[in-house]
Amino acid sequence: MNLSQLPNISPNLIIVGFLGMIAIVTAIGVVAFNNPIRSMLSLVANFFTLAFIYFSMGAEMMGITQIIVYTGAIMVLFLFVIMLLNLSADSVISTKKLDVKPLLAVPVGLALFVGLLSQVMMPFAKVTQPTAPSGWGGPQAIGRTLFTEYVWPFEIISLLLMVGIVGAILLARRRVEE
Amino acid sequence: MLNIPQGIEWLATNQPALLALIRVLLFVLPVLIVVPGCIWWERRLLSWMQDRIGPNRAGTITLKNGKKIGTFGLLQPICDGVKLFFKEDITPGTVDRLLYFIAPALALFPAFAIMGTLPWGPTTGVYGYLTPIWDSEIGILYMLAISSLGVYGVVLSGYASNNKYSLMGGLRGAAQLISYELAMAMSLASVVMVTGSLKMSEIVKAQEAPLWGVAPVIQNWFIFTPFGFISAIIFLICMVAETNRAPFDLPEAENEIIAGYHTEFSSMKFAVFFMGEYAVMFIFGGVFGTIFLGGHNILPIRWDAMAASSPGYGLAHVLRDLNYWLAPLTFLAKCVTGITFYIWLRATLPRLRYDQLMALGWKFLLPAAVANFIVVAIWIIAQKVYGPYGAIAASVMAAGIAYLLYNAVRQVMNQRETSMEKRTIDLVDGTETVPSVRAVELV
Repeated sequence: MNLSQLPNISPNLIIVGFLGMIAIVTAIGVVAFNNPIRSMLSLVANFFTLAFIYFSMGAEMMGITQIIVYTGAIMVLFLFVIMLLNLSADSVISTKKLDVKPLLAVPVGLALFVGLLSQVMMPFAKVTQPTAPSGWGGPQAIGRTLFTEYVWPFEIISLLLMVGIVGAILLARRRVEE
Repeated sequence: MLNIPQGIEWLATNQPALLALIRVLLFVLPVLIVVPGCIWWERRLLSWMQDRIGPNRAGTITLKNGKKIGTFGLLQPICDGVKLFFKEDITPGTVDRLLYFIAPALALFPAFAIMGTLPWGPTTGVYGYLTPIWDSEIGILYMLAISSLGVYGVVLSGYASNNKYSLMGGLRGAAQLISYELAMAMSLASVVMVTGSLKMSEIVKAQEAPLWGVAPVIQNWFIFTPFGFISAIIFLICMVAETNRAPFDLPEAENEIIAGYHTEFSSMKFAVFFMGEYAVMFIFGGVFGTIFLGGHNILPIRWDAMAASSPGYGLAHVLRDLNYWLAPLTFLAKCVTGITFYIWLRATLPRLRYDQLMALGWKFLLPAAVANFIVVAIWIIAQKVYGPYGAIAASVMAAGIAYLLYNAVRQVMNQRETSMEKRTIDLVDGTETVPSVRAVELV
């Protein structure tokens, strides 16, 4: 392979590559750890790294939404549930028996990986400056799009969520004896 | 002669990375220095409020003739620090070792990261290069996001200790932080909607406008506006709950669960928790000052407008420049006011019960913040259509309607929820029976 064919390495690319590496390692950690708390923390680190990747690309709003929604809310609920049930490694891992499923999973997984890679790698190979144009995806732009172009989907989704919350409360609440 | 403003400008054009580092250090180092002072201030002020003497020995100077000069125990924080450093660091045998070591670090991280978008001075002139660290489009969201990360330190230290009291503390902390984040975000949403920007510096700028759009020389600090006042109270309550301080210190309630999530931590690990708590209190005082108390302005008076309307270089100009150059001190004063408020609360209010805490967060603060949000929306539209006076009238009407609605809903709820339970008390000597009726509110 000729070195001159490699893309120009810019500082931004190095940062994104470094963060991407951490993201991959933590993503492997999510499935590799036996302890549910460790896997969950890997997932938190993974989401955090993703947010940093967005920051480094100049998409601040997207990055902060990633932190607020995933790291700050959803993963805390995961943590809460895991702690409440006090799940330990033993209760998750079943006995080791010879199974065909892992053997089948390897080729399927590899095929999926290659398929994704062939689709994703080609456009990415030409990127040298991974940054968003300024003003792209800022709070003003998102707000304007959300409340003009997508106002009906937005309102309908909020209604749907409201119905979901009310339904959850109705199902979960203690029955009062009349 | 060294020209500081010119030097800073040179750095901004030639060495932006170095300037960024200076910006970080200019905020982090003062907070690190101030934290021991906060601990001293809390111990002294609390002792004064509780009619005790408090720590007053450390730092006393004894002269040769035997006379002693007291320094109000100012060296107490240093003694505390030395004690914490040299105490034996005990790691219980059954802890989850990795999490046990990273949990204090996770508790400290949000305390120092939260100052990222907070301006401690005006963003014009020289101060503009030095503050805030990151004048981002998403300033307030960043603050909320980082403060929501504080839960990891609490929860993981509770889990890692492998101790049922610590676990209880961690769980309480998680539930409390999740509940109060919502009301906090909603209360800030009204301020953001009025400002039209999530930038911290824009919020400060919006507060330099004329009060209510009518008074020309008074600044429109959000705490002086009706909606801002309600937002400020909700934010203040949520801020205390977010930092796990009395009366919301259920995660470390010492008479129920020993010391909660940091029971098993000793020596410097405990000190790190302690430091993080005080740093975050200090910063939250600054956040409150920035969002509701006009940021770096000393007094809510528009010196700029007065100076612009008066010719020459008069008193208004001097005061305007004083207001500009004293900005860091003003910010510090607002932080100290915040921490004094925290200490005052701790000395005054007893700890809430758990169900009271949840009821306050979900049944009062969140609906109040949402109602406030709707009233602000009406205010903004009315201001655009009818001008400032019409806006005031419209928002008063909207607030009245919201209050009536709230009362109506409350009455309907109360009819269903409370029941009269009849109780009788039999006197021991058996001569007569006194029936008594008591209302028992079912939760």
